[in-house]
Amino acid sequence: MKRKWLLWLPFALGLVLLGLFYVGLKKPEDHIIVSRMVGKPLPLFTAPAALPGQPGAATADYRMGKPRLLNIFASWCVPCVAEVPVLLRLKAMGVEVDGIAVHDTTEALQSFLARNGNPYTRIGRDDQSRIQLMLGSSGVPETFVIDGRGMIVHQHIGVVSEADIPKLLGLLGQQK
Amino acid sequence: MRRLFALLAALLLAIPLHTGQALAQDYAEESLPNPRQEEQALALMDAIRCVVCQGQPISGSNADLAGDMRRIIREKIAAGESPAQVRAWLVSKYGDWVSFQPQVSPATSPLWLVPLATLIGGFWLLSRRIRIGRKR
Repeated sequence: MKRKWLLWLPFALGLVLLGLFYVGLKKPEDHIIVSRMVGKPLPLFTAPAALPGQPGAATADYRMGKPRLLNIFASWCVPCVAEVPVLLRLKAMGVEVDGIAVHDTTEALQSFLARNGNPYTRIGRDDQSRIQLMLGSSGVPETFVIDGRGMIVHQHIGVVSEADIPKLLGLLGQQK
Repeated sequence: MRRLFALLAALLLAIPLHTGQALAQDYAEESLPNPRQEEQALALMDAIRCVVCQGQPISGSNADLAGDMRRIIREKIAAGESPAQVRAWLVSKYGDWVSFQPQVSPATSPLWLVPLATLIGGFWLLSRRIRIGRKR
């Protein structure tokens, strides 16, 4: 009796597997790719200035003792517009926000900042996504929290909203 | 004779010009001059997942970021890195997920061990069956 039951076991397992396949097919493939660089030192990079009047960004700027936000953005990125007011608020609270402009042009950036405001202390250009790849970032916008010793503390994927301010301030070691 | 010299001089001049052009190439879309390295790079591009258009390998993706990944792969291979090193570099940035070829680790070991165990179990069952059959 027990053996007969055992005979059906492979079929039952097969059915379970088919069920899992079905569920897997129904679930849309939408992975949020988290950077493996969080908790590691900021890789060595030098991003030339994207705008004439504003400095670019380099790794050495993140070892000066003050934590900073490193915002990966682009003027062609629609959701990036939504986070500018929040970044401006953070700036008003004394947070240093730097930008890395991915695949961008000076003119497009200038009009983007003229329209939305400029929360950035430094803006570096990254025409070939080299810095983005070094950081393990897979899209725009993304915001990295870098502590004063050049360590990547946190990666925020997507738009920074009002609701994220307390968390970011906490990570930056600032009391609200 | 003079013509031959002129031809030789032209050839000599053409060589640095050609390498100059090779340096100006954009490796996101263009192949490496060394065919063996290009083959390695292409094989790796087929096995690296595009982080924007997630189901596709970067070899077949039009996304900017995929092109940028292809460029970096070609540059690293041209600089003498092995495909395994380049893959490890990408995995160190994006995790195992970026590679279509699973890395051997304690967590992924069942991928290889389960088929092996099933095969051994199957042979064991079969051998028992045959023995029982003989006894009859």
